[in-house]
Parts: sequence; structure tokens; C-alpha cells
Amino acid sequence: MNVIETHGLGKSYGSTKALDRCTLAIPEGHVAALVGPNGAGKTTLLNIAVGLAAPTTGAVTVLGGCPTGSLAALDQIAFVAQDTPLYKNFSAADLLHVTRNLNRRFDQGYAEQRLGELGIPLRQKAGKMSGGQQAQLALTLALARRPKLLILDEPMAMLDPLARHDFMATVMTAVADDGVSVVLSSHVLAELERVADYLVLLTRGSVQMAGAVDDLLERHRVLTGPASESDVYAKQWNVVHASRAASQAHLLVRCDGTSDPVPPGWEAHSLTLEELTLSYLREPGAGALPGPARARDTEQSEVTI
Amino acid sequence: MTALTTLAVSTRSDGGADLRPLPWRRMAWVTWRQHRIALIGALAFIGAPALCLLIVGLQLHHAYAVAIACHPASSAACGAAVANFNRIGNFLSKGIPLQLVPPLIGAFVGASVLAREFEAGTFRFAWTQGLGRWRWTLAKLVGLGFVVAAASGALSVLAVWYYQPYFTSNNQFLVKFNPLDPGLFDLRGIGFAAWTLAAFAIGVLAGALIRRVVPTIVATLAVYAGLAFATGAWLRLHYLTPLVTKGLNVAGLVEIVSQWGSRGGRVVFTGPPTFPIYQQYCPAAAGLGKGGGASSGNPLQCLVQHGFTFWTSYQPASRFWPFQWIEGGWLLALSVLLTAVTVWVVRRRAV
Repeated sequence: MNVIETHGLGKSYGSTKALDRCTLAIPEGHVAALVGPNGAGKTTLLNIAVGLAAPTTGAVTVLGGCPTGSLAALDQIAFVAQDTPLYKNFSAADLLHVTRNLNRRFDQGYAEQRLGELGIPLRQKAGKMSGGQQAQLALTLALARRPKLLILDEPMAMLDPLARHDFMATVMTAVADDGVSVVLSSHVLAELERVADYLVLLTRGSVQMAGAVDDLLERHRVLTGPASESDVYAKQWNVVHASRAASQAHLLVRCDGTSDPVPPGWEAHSLTLEELTLSYLREPGAGALPGPARARDTEQSEVTI
Repeated sequence: MTALTTLAVSTRSDGGADLRPLPWRRMAWVTWRQHRIALIGALAFIGAPALCLLIVGLQLHHAYAVAIACHPASSAACGAAVANFNRIGNFLSKGIPLQLVPPLIGAFVGASVLAREFEAGTFRFAWTQGLGRWRWTLAKLVGLGFVVAAASGALSVLAVWYYQPYFTSNNQFLVKFNPLDPGLFDLRGIGFAAWTLAAFAIGVLAGALIRRVVPTIVATLAVYAGLAFATGAWLRLHYLTPLVTKGLNVAGLVEIVSQWGSRGGRVVFTGPPTFPIYQQYCPAAAGLGKGGGASSGNPLQCLVQHGFTFWTSYQPASRFWPFQWIEGGWLLALSVLLTAVTVWVVRRRAV
């Protein structure tokens, strides 16, 4: 089952295209990170997935075929929006009550216990809490609904490093305990590295790279060798990004399935998710998408140096 | 093909596409918790004029009882009693302060329903809960609309009692009001609650479109003022075909729609007789004679003698209740329509 599936999704605000022919399938059981530069369409995609916005063109379904915004989708998807908007004059207890009333399921015991662990008094107003507490409260409200899919839009943008850590710890506990699928958008690449096992990279409103993190890392190598030979090899390999020092060249290479032998004089290194993501962000034309069906698209948008 | 269809259907029902919506009563507490300050404010806002009506009304009813019980009517004591009655509650006499209640309640309570959600971004929280956003909206509108209409309806019951002396007396010296007077008509009967409901519905829809609280309040007050003015100045006078009478004075308290004069079956002037008419036919009676002396005799009577006929179309005070039902009816229909449009906007409008 795919938790979010889109085909040729487009969304225009006036003449601005926030999403453009965005085709994507995020399978269940992952913590999927949605990354991309500002204005790439991350928030728009998430707003469409939770039913707040309607696409201009294309199709989108959630949780294996439910229309977005349908009762079934609303029932099983919990959403924490950017800047975690909560009613500022409501106490934590009031917000629990409201969320309980507005949903079919609500685990009051879990929510109260969680807030207790976080040291958030039930009588405290949301408006008087710190940014980290508000984010934790919004997350607790979402998780107490016992969703199948948790969608978080820039949950860590306003948080300090410690609060980020605590926030993601709560998310990962829910993933481990309930098997909830998570889709989160974020700018904080270093933080994602610890938690995300699926990556979707959006650029200019469409998907540039998507896949399981292990898979993506396995299929990418940094090859370091003499700069004089780099042009020759660059033609043979799928080079995503190249950088050259005086005598050495570093080529980020995608090796699709086959393990090409490293030529003599060259060294291969694996790379981190952050390095991989940054390389793709620097090369908006490069693409890496899973599945043979999309191989042709990939070739077209590839950059060869 | 069949297998595919079956698969698709079973996937859907696994996902709970046949879920029953959550019961509406779940919204009652949510609505109360979210709008209790606005509602308490509105009740206080109604409570102040209500208290005023009660205190002044007791004095008024007492003065009225004294004035009509007084004999002989021509005595100095009775004159004082009549003057006392006529003096009390002057500031409320045409109902102007009370006319502010429906638009202000409607604007403040109505604007807070959607505009504040948009302004604070909390619609992202509210509309992604399991209840669904159009149910959330409709439940709030029906609940809050009912409460504000009921509260202002209660105030109008008090107004009915307060103004009663002005409509019942046969004493020619006591101040009397016309039930169809634009300032008083909708204070008594169902009009007041209906206007409050309409103001609320305008405020909510304006909030859905404008999405900011203060501009929404301003727009609501402006739209309401335009609607109320158009109704009082023109629309209400045409709820039923006006009666037409011939003669110089229309008997009793009526709301005059228009007046005109004719001569020989032809309309000569509309409104009161014009200056050239007087000059031509009755200069002396109208005080336009040579030397500009005081008028001699009744100028209208003079025109009648010259073959003029005066016509007046009017609405009789006896049409008060039919007019109440008509006004209440169209305002209720308008409120329902505005609510339907609001729900449609909420369902459809993309973020």
C-alpha cells in the first residue's frame, strides 16, 4: 500500500506553478523525508495530501486508494502543520478535549501520559508554552488519534537542537510502537539522516529523486581519481555531480544495479544521506527515481559532464 | 476487469470509505469552548440595553398608567402627567440605539467563526480532524446562529413590552408611534432576531472570503448597513401593494409610500404641491399674494376648489404582522442561502 500516491499532480496559484507533473508513490511503513529547496512545492504537496488544498491537475490518493479529504482519509491521517497552529487561548486539556470530540479515536491516556513525561501541565494555555512545547503538544494530539499516517510539515523549523531531538524521539517511538507511517518535510538534513529511511527530493514542483535511503546510498558512490581521466569516465558513468581540484576529480556517480569495477588509480567511497541530498540539490537537473518504468525519464534529465 | 474493480472496492472499504460521520453533538462543546468569549460578550452587549429597557420601561409604564387614569383630562395635574410620560425614554423613542444590536453581534460573533481561523492558521488543525471541514463549519453556523438569534429575540420580547404604551393609548395628548416606523418596525416581532441572524450569516461568509478579522467586521457592518437602509427606505414599503386614498388627510397612523396630485385625470405633480402650482392657482392662500402677506385660508383646500385631487398611497399599520412574516421570511431565506454559500466556499476553496 502506498500512503501517498500521485500521478501528474499539478497545482497552480495564479500563474505560479507550485507543483508541476509531480508523480510519486510513498510506500507504507517508512519515515519518508520530503526535502527540497524553498518553493519546491513541499508544503503544497502535503496540503493536498491532507485534503486542505485541491490539485489543479492530476490525481492523488492516500492510504491505498482513499480520496484525499474523504472521511476515511481524515480519520486515518494526522497532520501537524507548519508552525504548529493551535488555539492559543486553549489549555492543553482543552485541546485534548477538542481533538477527542473531533475524532473517532482518541487515546486520552496516551496523551496525558505523554504530556506528563514532557512536563507540560494540562492547565497551561498553548499560547504560554515554548515553541518546543507547542510542537510536542501538537504532535501528541496527532499521535493520540492513533493514525496510520502522520504528516509533518516543517516540524523542526522553529525548534532548537534539543527540542528537535526530543520531537523526533517522540515520532520514532510512535513508529516503533504502532508502526505508523510518517511523511515529513524538512530543511534540517542532518536531523533527517538519523530518522528517515525513505527520501523524496522535490525540485521546482516535481520529484527529482525518490527511494529508500539504503537503496539510494547503495547506488551512489563518490569516485576519486586523476582529473585528467575524469572526462573519459564521466562518459561511461552516470555522474550526478562533479568537482575537480588541481589534480583530483570527485565524481558522484550513480550505479544502477550493476557494480561497475573501479578503474585502477581511482578510489570509491560511500557517502552520507546529507552529502547525497546536497549533491542533488546542487544539480536540479539530475534525477534518480526508482523502478524500471521511470528509467527513460531519468535518462532524459540526467546530467553528464 | 472484474477482479480489478473488486480489488479497488475492497481496498476502499478496508480504508473505511463507508465510515459513518461523527455525531453532530460532538461539535457542541467545541463550539462553546471556542466561542464562549464572543458569546458572553454578545450576551453582555444585549444585556446592557435589556437592563436599560427594563428600568426605563418600568418608569414608562408607571407614567403611562398615571396619565391615562387621570381625570379630568384638562386639569393641570393631568397635563403634568402627560408631559411626564412624553418625556421618559426619549433617547429610546425611535429605537435607534437598539438598531445597533443586530449588526454588532452579527459582525463580532460571525467574523470570529472563519476569519480568525484563517488569520491564526488554525484551520489547518481544525479541518484535518476526523469530523471533516464542512460538517465542522455547518455545525458551528447552525449552533451559533441559533444562539445569537434567540438572544436578540429575547431582547425584542422586552422591546415589545417597553413600547406597548406608545401603540395602545386612545389619549390624544400622549405620544404615539407608527408600528411601521422604520426605526421601530423590526424591534417588535420576529424581525429583530431575523436581522441578527442575517448579520451573523453575512459576517461568516465575509470571513470565509476576506480571511482577516478586522476587514471582515468592517465589511459586515457596511453590507448590513446598506441592506438595512435599502429595506427601511424602499423595500419594506412594497411588501404588499400599497393602499391608495383620495383626500387631504390620511386617517390614522400609516406609512406613506408616495403622494401625488392630479387634475382632470392627469398627474400634475408628485409629492407635495409645487411652488408654480400654488403661484398659478392659489397665490393668496399660499401666502404668495401681493405684498407677501400672511396666507388666507388653507392652500390645499384652495387647490381642491380649483379641481385638484390629492392621492396618497400608503401602508396601513394593520399590516404590521403580515410585514413581520414577510421580512422574517426573506431574512431567514437569505441567512440559509448565505450559510449554504459559506459551506460551499469552505468545501471548495483551496488553501
